[in-house]
Amino acid sequence: MYAVEMVNIVKRFPGVLANDHVTVRVKKGEIHAIVGENGAGKSTLMNQLYGLYHPDEGEIFINGEKVVIRGPKDAIKLGIGMVHQHFMLVDTLTVAENVVLGSEPVKGLNFDMKKARQEVKELSEKYGLFVDVDAKIEDIPVGMQQRVEIIKTLYRGANIIILDEPTAVLTPQEVEELFEIMRKLKNDGKTILFISHKLHEVMEISNRITVMRLGKVTGELETSKTNPKEIARHMVGRDVVLRVSKEPHEPKDVIFEIKDLVVKDNRGLTAVNDVSFNVRKGEIVGIAGVAGNGQTELVEAITGLRKIESGHIYFEGKEVAGFTPRQLRELGMSHIPEDRLKHGLIEEFEAYYNIILGQHYRNPFANGAFLNHNNIFKYSEDLMEEFDVRPRKIDHLGGNFSGGNQQKLVVGREIRTNPKFLVVAQPTRGLDVGAIEFIHKQILKMRSLDVGILLISMELEEIFSLSDRILVMYEGEIMGEVKPEETTIEEVGLMMTGHRIEEARRG
Amino acid sequence: MRVLEAIFLVFINPLFYKITLTAATPLIFASLGGVYSEITGVVNIALEGIMLLGAFTSVVFTWLTGNVWIGVFMAVVSGVALAWFHAWGSIKWAGNQVVLGTALILIAQGITGFLMEPIFGKPGQTDFVGKVEELRIPGLADIPFLGKIIGETSPFVYMAFAAVAFSWWLIYKTKLGLRMRSVGENPEAADTLGINVYGIRYFGVLMSGVWAGLAGAYLSVGEVGHFRELMSGGRGFIALAAMILGNYNPVGAMLASLLFGASSAFANQMQSSSLIHVSATVKPLFDMIPFILTIIVVAGFVGKSHVPKADGVPYEKEA
Amino acid sequence: MNKKVMAILVPVVSVLIALAISTVIILLIGKNPIDAYGALIKGSFGSKQAIADTVIKTTPLILTGLAVGFGFRAGVFNIGAEGQMVMGALIAATFASNFGSLPPLLAIPLTILIAMSVGAGYAAIAGFLKAKTGAHEVVTTIMLNWIATYFASYMVTGPLKVGSGTPKSPEISDSCQLPVLMKVGAIEMSAGIIIAIIAAIFMYILLNKTTTGYEVKAVGFNPYAAEYGGISVGKNIVLAMAISGALAGLAGATELMGVHHRFLGELSGGKGFDGISIALIGQNNPIGIIFAAFLIGALRTGSNEMQFIGVPKHMVMIIQGIVIFLVAADRIVRTIMIRKRVEK
Repeated sequence: MYAVEMVNIVKRFPGVLANDHVTVRVKKGEIHAIVGENGAGKSTLMNQLYGLYHPDEGEIFINGEKVVIRGPKDAIKLGIGMVHQHFMLVDTLTVAENVVLGSEPVKGLNFDMKKARQEVKELSEKYGLFVDVDAKIEDIPVGMQQRVEIIKTLYRGANIIILDEPTAVLTPQEVEELFEIMRKLKNDGKTILFISHKLHEVMEISNRITVMRLGKVTGELETSKTNPKEIARHMVGRDVVLRVSKEPHEPKDVIFEIKDLVVKDNRGLTAVNDVSFNVRKGEIVGIAGVAGNGQTELVEAITGLRKIESGHIYFEGKEVAGFTPRQLRELGMSHIPEDRLKHGLIEEFEAYYNIILGQHYRNPFANGAFLNHNNIFKYSEDLMEEFDVRPRKIDHLGGNFSGGNQQKLVVGREIRTNPKFLVVAQPTRGLDVGAIEFIHKQILKMRSLDVGILLISMELEEIFSLSDRILVMYEGEIMGEVKPEETTIEEVGLMMTGHRIEEARRG
Repeated sequence: MRVLEAIFLVFINPLFYKITLTAATPLIFASLGGVYSEITGVVNIALEGIMLLGAFTSVVFTWLTGNVWIGVFMAVVSGVALAWFHAWGSIKWAGNQVVLGTALILIAQGITGFLMEPIFGKPGQTDFVGKVEELRIPGLADIPFLGKIIGETSPFVYMAFAAVAFSWWLIYKTKLGLRMRSVGENPEAADTLGINVYGIRYFGVLMSGVWAGLAGAYLSVGEVGHFRELMSGGRGFIALAAMILGNYNPVGAMLASLLFGASSAFANQMQSSSLIHVSATVKPLFDMIPFILTIIVVAGFVGKSHVPKADGVPYEKEA
Repeated sequence: MNKKVMAILVPVVSVLIALAISTVIILLIGKNPIDAYGALIKGSFGSKQAIADTVIKTTPLILTGLAVGFGFRAGVFNIGAEGQMVMGALIAATFASNFGSLPPLLAIPLTILIAMSVGAGYAAIAGFLKAKTGAHEVVTTIMLNWIATYFASYMVTGPLKVGSGTPKSPEISDSCQLPVLMKVGAIEMSAGIIIAIIAAIFMYILLNKTTTGYEVKAVGFNPYAAEYGGISVGKNIVLAMAISGALAGLAGATELMGVHHRFLGELSGGKGFDGISIALIGQNNPIGIIFAAFLIGALRTGSNEMQFIGVPKHMVMIIQGIVIFLVAADRIVRTIMIRKRVEK
């Protein structure tokens, strides 16, 4: 008996065939993983099951009956619930309000807050999903927000629960907790669709696996009869090197140092608390941590985008706290930002204007007050050639490039300035394997040229394969420093959840 | 010293408080309109135009039917009609909400000016067509001091406060209110729960037409009994400032409106003070006060109030 | 369809739709639309005098259109062109009545400079408040408009008052008046139109060829990326408002020095607000703005003639409002155009 059957689903977006005759069959009461790279069409497929998109072709059966899902309302009625990759929560409302939103209990004309709280509490206790019903979403940690999302689906009586990349925002320990919850739900008879691209997680939790690549299903596997290598081959269509090879390289003098740095976030709370470390020339220092533990504020403070409360920042031994981004760039600092659409690119600007951002006022791009378009065009053509940005059109608008090419544009721009110190934040978020490899190679090339590099990433794989030293950040503090060859994922994971290195070593 | 004495006399005069209330009334209605629209995520600077159209429509229908309340009702109808255009342009067609609002103000100014001659036979200002009588509440009116403030005043004043109470209840105590707030903060989240984002936004914008239409009716048949071109005089924008200062909350908007009302009442009373002689030429300087106050308030409080996160951002469903 | 063609077609089709709707409105009040539009065209182009009048009316509109359009390109919505124009002209008028002893070569640039600086400074208040506190420029510039209006009304009924009747300031010195290019009957067309066209060229160069243009555009499109790229967001918001205000102040100067020769209430008369429609119709492009200003100038000139046959001149406001609405929600027009193509 299948709980979900999606047969020959075709979904087109302008210029993209997102799902190409995809068929997925999910048995009742199993945990079914759907794996594939970014852009393989997993989320698109799930959004059609939840009624957010409508298939151009194909049929969907729920518990054997053919259905047409016009919107989330229909999906909810069919007992389907979905926890989106980006949480769908209203920050200013409380946990209880978020859970009942759309199916609110009422008493007369009034919204029945008491009943809402009661029901959320009951669900929370039944499945061990601890939440604070009266807290506002904006005040609770990410892990709890995810539990709220799961309660939301249960409140609506979901029997089929879609979890879209649920582990991306969690620490290894929180992932274990989530798996515990998933097992409990499964034992209660729920069917779970688990979207992921992390193979060891899929191996651990799922019963069966559907692999997707470029919009097509490339494999249907029983978890107990397969291995990560086989899944990976289905995912990328070839054998993959899971780590880039890193040449040994002797670091030189200290290029960058911060001492006792304190930074506040937008709400005025301390986000970076008394952080000190240094980076030497020809060395990659990685900062690991779950998103939202002060990394963003740290990067912004270092690059002059956020003012610091106290502490010191030294560049080549010189105090640079309070310098503007322009002054820092002139000293030789470059910055690949974590959010390329927010900070990295101006979508409405042509590629050539994006390429000179930060140096637009300097020779050879400007003579005094006037831009020198000839030089700008020439430089842009060279850069796009060197970094293989496609399409190779310098007057293409920034927003019209694909994510990978946008990132190449940004990486190329920042590397081409010949920096002495490079801040790299989440450089490969949302990119496919090819682009990730390319960008990792560029970063390592900078290291061999004796550039000091600070790498901030939520991908532990990335941190481990690139860094010479790893600092782990938790709630604005550094939990400890380790070398990738002397530590384990578990140890770093413990530090990411607030254990200092000594405790983590003790286990 | 004479100035201080004059100020003191203003503050102990019940008339000052009565004028504060009547000056605040249109601002309360219009800022409520702003709250309804903006908490669902639609910026509505068209309030100024809706008020003007409401003022005009109520005069036209009062003149035609001889009944001011029919006039008031039609002001609401016209307000909803103009607001519908704003909703249509901003929600269905995802247009720039600020620019659409500007367009609707211009259209309202154009239509009201255009129709003056064909309907009333002269431009500029209509004759007196009738106005809503003040309501005397027996008992209350006899209380000293307080009675002079709220014992006998325009029914619109009472309606404004009732509207605030109603709106507070609707927005914070009902499921519709919960949905309105969710749609203005995170429409995508609301959509995934099966909430009709467009429907809720239409409701918010159309309700802003109801309230701003009433505000307009008050300006004409509620207060003076005639219509004058451009008589809304920037009050739609002051109402927006009151909404911001009031943190997008009906009660806050009311308090802010009262502050603005008090500032015009103060300017008004000082000008007619017998202690200090204010010449007619200086009068425009007093008229500047509410506008200066608005700038100070907007500049001083905008960073401190919580703007609904999706305010001004059209919601577009994919495929 | 080509993007650039679309950028021209959207405003053109919007104007046509607006004219169609106003035809219906004219029919509704029982007038003949052909007569009305005939009068409109006669009033704006029917004679040498009419054409000269249209050009005179177009001049300040080009400048306010550039003011608003420049703001849009830099990501600020300057609804305050009206107030900046009033303040610029008012302060310039205050000084320029005493410039009799200066030669025109000095007096004219000096008067222009005063008007532009005042306009720039007045607009910069809104820019500063936006940069410092986040106060939306739409609300603050509108408040500044009212303050300017009341302040001007105080000045011409009080300290600057001359004569009786309409409150007005004294006439500015002869040496401050713009030279007359052409005289048609009683109508004197001043060199203002040349100033306006120079301003359009200036805006084109500033936006497309200079680092300042690059920076204000970057801030307008994406302030976060601009700041990341070492561009000061606050400074550029203030600068963008100031340049926009300077253009509005220049509009005040040309009206003062080329048309009225003194400050009076009707000097601005909504021209700052017209700048919004003009910028939108002209798609914030300097050349587009010249054409759009000419269109609105012609409508304004011709509307007086239309008024004689009983169609109130407010019709023009309605037309403008509809055009702004359609350009703001341009998908309406795009959808209509696509449907038409499909039908064919």
